[in-house]
Amino acid sequence: MSITEERAASTNGFIGQRVRRLEDPPLLTGQGRYVDDINLVGQLYVAFVRSPEAHAKIASIDTSAATAREDVVAVFTGEDVAVLAPLPMVWAPPGVEMRTPEHWPVARGNVNHVGDPVAVVVGTDRYSVVDATEDVVVEYESLPVVVDPEEALKDSSVIHEALGTNKSHEWGLGGGDVEAGLAEADVVIERRIVNHRIAGGAIEPRGVVAEWRGDELTLWSATQIPHILRLLLAGMLGVPEDKLRVIAPDVGGGFGSKLNVYGEEATLGWLARKLGRPVKWIETRSEGMQATHHGRDQIDYVKMGAKRDGTVTTLHIKVLADLGAYHMLLTPFIPAFTAFVAGGCYKIPNVQTDVVGVFTNKMATDAIRGAGRPEATHILEVMMDQMAAELGMDPLELRRKNFIPPEDFPATVAVGIVYDSGNYPGALDRLLANLDLEAFRREQAELRERGIYRGIGFSTYMEICGLAPSRVVGPSGVGIQAGFWESALIRVHPSGSITAYTGASPHGQGIDTTFAQIVADKLGVTPDQVDVIHGDTGRGPFGMDTYGSRSLAVGGEALVRASNKVHDKVKRLVAHLLEAAPDDIELRDGKFSVKGSPDRGMTLAEASLAAYVPENLPEGMEPGLEETNFYDPENFVYPFGAHAAIVDVDAETGKVSVVRYVAVDDCGPAINPMIIDGQVHGGIAHGLGQALFEHVAYDEDGQLVTGTFVDYALPTAAEFPSFETDRTETPSPVNELGVKGVGEAGTIASSPTVVNAVVDALRPLGVTFMNMPLSPMRVWEAIQAAKGGEGKGPALAEGGGQ
Amino acid sequence: MSRRVPVHITVNGVEHASEVEPRTLLVHYLRDELGLTGTHVGCDTSNCGACTCHLDGESVKSCTVLAVQADGADVKTIEGMADGEKLHPLQEAFWEHHGLQCGYCTPGMIMAAADLLERNPSPTEEEVRKGLEGNLCRCTGYHNIVKAVMAASKVGAPA
Repeated sequence: MSITEERAASTNGFIGQRVRRLEDPPLLTGQGRYVDDINLVGQLYVAFVRSPEAHAKIASIDTSAATAREDVVAVFTGEDVAVLAPLPMVWAPPGVEMRTPEHWPVARGNVNHVGDPVAVVVGTDRYSVVDATEDVVVEYESLPVVVDPEEALKDSSVIHEALGTNKSHEWGLGGGDVEAGLAEADVVIERRIVNHRIAGGAIEPRGVVAEWRGDELTLWSATQIPHILRLLLAGMLGVPEDKLRVIAPDVGGGFGSKLNVYGEEATLGWLARKLGRPVKWIETRSEGMQATHHGRDQIDYVKMGAKRDGTVTTLHIKVLADLGAYHMLLTPFIPAFTAFVAGGCYKIPNVQTDVVGVFTNKMATDAIRGAGRPEATHILEVMMDQMAAELGMDPLELRRKNFIPPEDFPATVAVGIVYDSGNYPGALDRLLANLDLEAFRREQAELRERGIYRGIGFSTYMEICGLAPSRVVGPSGVGIQAGFWESALIRVHPSGSITAYTGASPHGQGIDTTFAQIVADKLGVTPDQVDVIHGDTGRGPFGMDTYGSRSLAVGGEALVRASNKVHDKVKRLVAHLLEAAPDDIELRDGKFSVKGSPDRGMTLAEASLAAYVPENLPEGMEPGLEETNFYDPENFVYPFGAHAAIVDVDAETGKVSVVRYVAVDDCGPAINPMIIDGQVHGGIAHGLGQALFEHVAYDEDGQLVTGTFVDYALPTAAEFPSFETDRTETPSPVNELGVKGVGEAGTIASSPTVVNAVVDALRPLGVTFMNMPLSPMRVWEAIQAAKGGEGKGPALAEGGGQ
Repeated sequence: MSRRVPVHITVNGVEHASEVEPRTLLVHYLRDELGLTGTHVGCDTSNCGACTCHLDGESVKSCTVLAVQADGADVKTIEGMADGEKLHPLQEAFWEHHGLQCGYCTPGMIMAAADLLERNPSPTEEEVRKGLEGNLCRCTGYHNIVKAVMAASKVGAPA
């Protein structure tokens, strides 16, 4: 029996149970409602003309042929789209010089990456508007293209003239003294780790529908952040927040890629008002690969020092972050996230991360699943294996030697943050209990005789989520220009059914079900009696949306607190009606009843009716049954776990096959274990995808050479085995449920796991280090280079992507 | 402005007589002409399979079929899978085994899986994985999709 089953058996409530998802029936039957499923009367279609050049001056745009078409209503260029402000970037770290280029929804003057929009065409149907884009004649004067971030830093050609440099900013975070740590070390290793550029790859492309009526704008967008989008669009469009409603209907996945304020959203809002007709734009996949933000793209120069006994004394990371052509919402902040968890689950006294952000002629990078933490884990977990090899130690022994011990929690780490709870050896023990290492070693030896190299790799990760204590990440702290609380409103209707509004805005995470389970337990109903509403600024309070594995730890806790308020009011009301003391009322078997006399009680529905037909309320009690909570967490939460991968490498072809993938994750007590497993599966696949296949690649002219799902190699079912998942449960002291996030954990843990496994497999051939993606060609090259090169790290394998 | 041609297409048992531009893709005919928005579009290179439906009993990617090619044909979409209130066994299995998260790939995935099980009622896990290679999902890592398809097959749910 797994831990979860044990827990479920021990409680009568819905929390901890594998409840089938409430959101599924419409999605299973074709009744979902995504943006492209919304069609308004009189709707026009929109298509963008995009730059085929990576860097160029727009010499002229001739829109006459397109405008003359019968099926075209209007064509606009950059200056025409007269929004009041450029697209926003919201990180202003105190004391840091941040150079942010102007970034308009439709380019003005220059284009800076392939896919930069230069004109927008509005027409009467889906197909002809695309035809019309080909009638817009744009003359470009090519400018020098900068693609390589290390080259960009030399400023031999500057992308944004007004900035005078390609360097966006420098920022650092650390603690202790890395130099002193180096002096203490017996062994120091250095590696250049390339964490290449990847895509979010949500299967639903982005899309927007906008409608202007009277003085109100309604905008439907495939977004993760309807509330933030409304606030920022209100400023760009000059529409008061109360007259602007943003709706995220069913959203077909995000993975960070829909966590932005995109030019297309601003443009559609502007067009709807300008033309007085509803407008619709649906991104094609080719557009999405060019113009939906990418992620990762760091070159990490890492130095780690340790004593002979394995004690890690110092870690210094220099991050060169390729930001692409612009700052989007959080572009420069993402590599900073790497710095927060640079020390991982180890007691490393001296840790320093120095970030340099640089512009190149590529699409902007921003948050993609994990957003800075996969990079950190990749660095640290690859380095732990590298150090273990250097010391001649078992990689797991080295990890155990440096784990922050369970008794140290809450644990203040070198960079100054406080890890809430953890049991790192516990997760590793559980992982090993799921593996049969002896069998693995046996099979490894047998397979090697047949030219198949089997390897095992581990990562013991931790991460930071539950964004966030506003005082820590807000304007005077880390410098994000926002607060990071979450809102919840519980509305019990007179008949006892419940609408629960959350400021989180899920897009596949199963929050409707998870949240309904929580409210059901708090108020003595069943989950199907709780309707969870999200993603609509016209319903429910302002919220801070869904990203960074925050929905449950922050939004769920807000919901708990709002539910507790309702629970308390019901208790006082029932006590009054039953002539008992409020403290003597308990919720038991779906009834608020007098302790010891279960017959004397009322259901939520009975109490609710009494609250809405207020003939006999306690003195001072307001009628109705509805409560709101805004919750700003005291700390982040810090999930962790231990993952292992077993891979086979065909030394003749370089092909890597993942034979087993075993994951133990700890995100605190489970609300719905089925949903947690699903999140872990998807997360693992995203990290394995990056490690083995996926790569957003540009050529030296800044042309995107992976512009479709074929070239990008989004993994299919045939690439993966079934995953083995298990959990430990270490509650967080930060929130009442004890929960942590789990949406990104799998991705954060998995890329180093599989890379370590491949290197482990190939050590007998002399391969000691590799950068992702471990494509057959790159693995084969590494093997060949090792054969001819004295067993040192092969040069070709260290190249990484651009 | 453009020429339109008549087509007769039976969709989920209902015959439709329409006039379409010759270049109209079947997926846009289903979505925009008939309002059957359960069939989705996720790419423009016939990779993702979100648009999968059945044409005369075989699964096709409806972004790669012209509506005029379906003239006279029998089309089945996700909206035609349930029998009234009763879900198709694959829909039931996807629900039971958490085979969907955002739901966007789900209709295509179910239509492809239905065709797969029609041709191979007792597949191995590997056959299911190979058989669904033409349908992309980013949420589930395919784990629970494969589990759901196995459960709906004659092999039945894993223990």
